Amino acid sequence: MTDAALEPAPLEPVVAAAPQTPLRRIVSDFCENRLAVFGLVLVVLSIFVAAFAPLISPQNPFDIANLDLLDAKSPPGTVSGDGRITYWLGTDGQARDMMSAIFYGMRISLFVGFVSVLAALAIGVVVGLVAAYAGGRTDAFLMRFVDIMLSFPAILVALILLSVLGKGIDKVLIALILVQWAYFARAARGAALVERNKEYVEAATCLALPPWRIVFRHMLPNCMPSLIVIATITLARAIALEATLSFLGVGVPVTQPSLGMLISNGFEFLLSGSYWISFFPGVALAIAIVGINLAGDHLRDVLNPRNLR
Amino acid sequence: MIVYIVRRLMQAALVMVVMSILVFVGIYLIGDPVLMMISPDASELEREAVRRALHLDLPMWRQYLLFVNDALHGNFGRSFLAGQPAMGLIFERFPATLELAFASLVMSLAIGLPMGVYAGLRPSTPGSKAIMTGSILGFSLPNFWVGLMLIMVFAVMLPDLIPGWPRLPASGRGATVDVLGVPLSFLTLDGLRHLLLPAITLSLYKGALIVRLARATAREVLPMDYVKFARAKGLSERRIVGVHVLKNIMIPIATVSGLEFGQTVAFAVVTETVFSWPGVGKLLIDSILLLDRPVVVAYLVIIVFFFVVLNLVVDLLYSVLDPRVRLESRAT
Repeated sequence: MTDAALEPAPLEPVVAAAPQTPLRRIVSDFCENRLAVFGLVLVVLSIFVAAFAPLISPQNPFDIANLDLLDAKSPPGTVSGDGRITYWLGTDGQARDMMSAIFYGMRISLFVGFVSVLAALAIGVVVGLVAAYAGGRTDAFLMRFVDIMLSFPAILVALILLSVLGKGIDKVLIALILVQWAYFARAARGAALVERNKEYVEAATCLALPPWRIVFRHMLPNCMPSLIVIATITLARAIALEATLSFLGVGVPVTQPSLGMLISNGFEFLLSGSYWISFFPGVALAIAIVGINLAGDHLRDVLNPRNLR
Repeated sequence: MIVYIVRRLMQAALVMVVMSILVFVGIYLIGDPVLMMISPDASELEREAVRRALHLDLPMWRQYLLFVNDALHGNFGRSFLAGQPAMGLIFERFPATLELAFASLVMSLAIGLPMGVYAGLRPSTPGSKAIMTGSILGFSLPNFWVGLMLIMVFAVMLPDLIPGWPRLPASGRGATVDVLGVPLSFLTLDGLRHLLLPAITLSLYKGALIVRLARATAREVLPMDYVKFARAKGLSERRIVGVHVLKNIMIPIATVSGLEFGQTVAFAVVTETVFSWPGVGKLLIDSILLLDRPVVVAYLVIIVFFFVVLNLVVDLLYSVLDPRVRLESRAT
């Protein structure tokens, strides 16, 4: 930050009046783009639905006692046989209320997405920062490994892993983490290489701080903006990838249907005209992913250090 | 340069070895193939005989060497289900996958390039903004779901609602024509109708990528001096964009299209499953679900080989075209 940046900008008296913290700048910049705010609303909505699924669902789709097979494949808007609930989004082949199934499915999809991205971020950051700080042979070895990982398409690696590991949420998580960590490793190394030559790192080195402290307490916070952007994009990809794997039948088990699984279940009814069983879970999935991408796309511009005013 | 090629070849060989060990350990050592192959009430003696026939009594490293030896001879055993050699089964299906991948490549270029160039030339028009938002949708919408929705609209709903609307087929390849012994769909009208929906589905992601790339490059190229000079010369806008700008846009587009081709082949797994397209991807999914181990192993080894070769070719081409890569490899 130079002195010029601290002076109030003549064109923006409102911003100049309030003390300009970085967070405040980011929030106000972000809100300037209506599409990005819309994306954020979609994301918050998805998280809300997932978090409170048991409270807001009309029915517990996992409790077989609740299901009445006579209501199977009812179109949207049908009132259930006993008149207790209205199936606003219809029911599937096992008479599950689609709206409840989507709320619960969103839980699993988002859980898998968030956990796998956070774990991959942690692994990738350690590898990337170590590579950048150590340099030389360690760097060359680690990055060659990352290059090889990235040269294979994610879907293919995940398929191979799952064909070996078998089904299950834990296995999907393992596969997604193994597929994604390399992206973060590369991004973290790139950001850290820029930071490494800055004066504050030199100063920290002169203070004889231990390397781990320089790397994780000093360099890491400065690398975070670009990593957060990568994380949002990866989150969207992870949710889509999990849905794809579940659709292909190698992802989550039938007892814990994610959104991808729900879409897959509806596939067989699609050709006979029962479109809602596949359609609505897909809309829910698209809402979550599009929301993350819309917000992430703008977040990249906002967090870009070149945009600092 | 030679050092670089040798080093790159050695790296490719190393990747093949590591991947083959992973595939071997993963597929061969988890679960007991004997239990799957013979009936549960066979005697211990029979079990032992099968075990010996499959070399399961040997130490692990010798089993691995036998596996590598067989693999190098293209022998991955016979499919449990089809009874044919697994290798032959895969090569039989490969042309269908390649055809689908090429069709989607052509489609994504035909749609993505004009849209991207338009959005680059007139960045502030509502049309351009719609295109850019649409490209985010293209990135975001899950591929398989888009495929399902296309089936729903074009194979079920529209023909049901509007009498006389052509019903597009939702599965299979349709009529094919043999060209040099390879069956191809795009030469017959029926085949083209079958190809249309899967190709659109597969081209969506790549089309969105091309839109963004074309827009970014166009915006980079437009303020350059040679474009200004062409304008000053009084060339028509059509010639400036069609010849001078487009030529420069094509370089990154061609690079990315080449690099992304492998991705498209990999993603065809999903599209083929949705549309029952008889390619290798569908074969892989069916084999994984039905535990047809020889086919899965053969597919993995072949696809890994395919990617190692593809990456090698791309890297070598890069180092030929871009001197910086060559220098870097010499410096390290």
